[in-house]
Amino acid sequence: MDNFTVGVVVFPGSNCDRDVSWALEGCLDIRTKYLWHESSDLSEVDAIVLPGGFSYGDYLRCGAIARFSPLINALDEFVKSGKRVLGICNGFQILTESGFLSGALVANKNLNFICDDVELDIVSSKGGWFNNGDKKQTIKLPIAHGEGRYHCDSDTLKKLVDNELIALRYKNNPNGSSFDIAGITNEKGNVLGLMPHPERACDGTIGGTDGLFTLKSLILK
Amino acid sequence: MDQFAVKVFVRLRPSVLDPAGEATKSASIKLGADGIKSLRIGKMIEVKIEGNGENEVREKIDLLCDRLFANTVIEDYEYSLKKL
Repeated sequence: MDNFTVGVVVFPGSNCDRDVSWALEGCLDIRTKYLWHESSDLSEVDAIVLPGGFSYGDYLRCGAIARFSPLINALDEFVKSGKRVLGICNGFQILTESGFLSGALVANKNLNFICDDVELDIVSSKGGWFNNGDKKQTIKLPIAHGEGRYHCDSDTLKKLVDNELIALRYKNNPNGSSFDIAGITNEKGNVLGLMPHPERACDGTIGGTDGLFTLKSLILK
Repeated sequence: MDQFAVKVFVRLRPSVLDPAGEATKSASIKLGADGIKSLRIGKMIEVKIEGNGENEVREKIDLLCDRLFANTVIEDYEYSLKKL
């Protein structure tokens, strides 16, 4: 595992790239490498994080322009090979816009930008992204978004439920998301998108360590 | 080559809650406008585009609408086209 490297993608407007890198390197001793969005060479990384922020200024729709970057084009093969991809906040929006995950993220029901700690139920063990072994069925992570209301049609929701693709649900739905959804995976489980920020909960001195498990699980095969 | 002016309208699907529309509706009522039954906010995109005839241009605009201008999971689109 010494050489395992997580690629942290940097778009114009990303602002959580350094936080993700700090959490992985400083808290978990996992090597990271920044990947500029115009690069399509993913050969030097073993997993990828699409961090939060406002890629391309959120123009048109959140994540809509980022979807057309060379890096996202190269991601298809990376995902098909079974390697792990984690999309946080804007990264989740990019993953839905580009079709790696189903549904869409739209403006919060109350139109507020919500910056808060939220309690989340771990729903599925698919992909091994969360520690839902013995007791840790609920975790607390920070959210910070204006457009985090998960939306999908009823057929998609049924598919998510039936295939255990819903990873996380809000205990007290802050943004009006369908079925309280805070994070979902793809069918294989190697792609996770979530609105909460695990990288901001990796050190007890800044408010919690419930995000560590998810970041650490990037190194799972 | 013919040139066309295209107006694309992108709207949230009826099943998707539009909180900005709801807030604007509420403000409209406070302004004193009565009788408003529904108010929803969309986007209008103006494109000037060249192509060999209307059919070719429609194909290009369909692609743009379907893949970029609208996210068809949450939005519908329609457009009008005028030869310049």
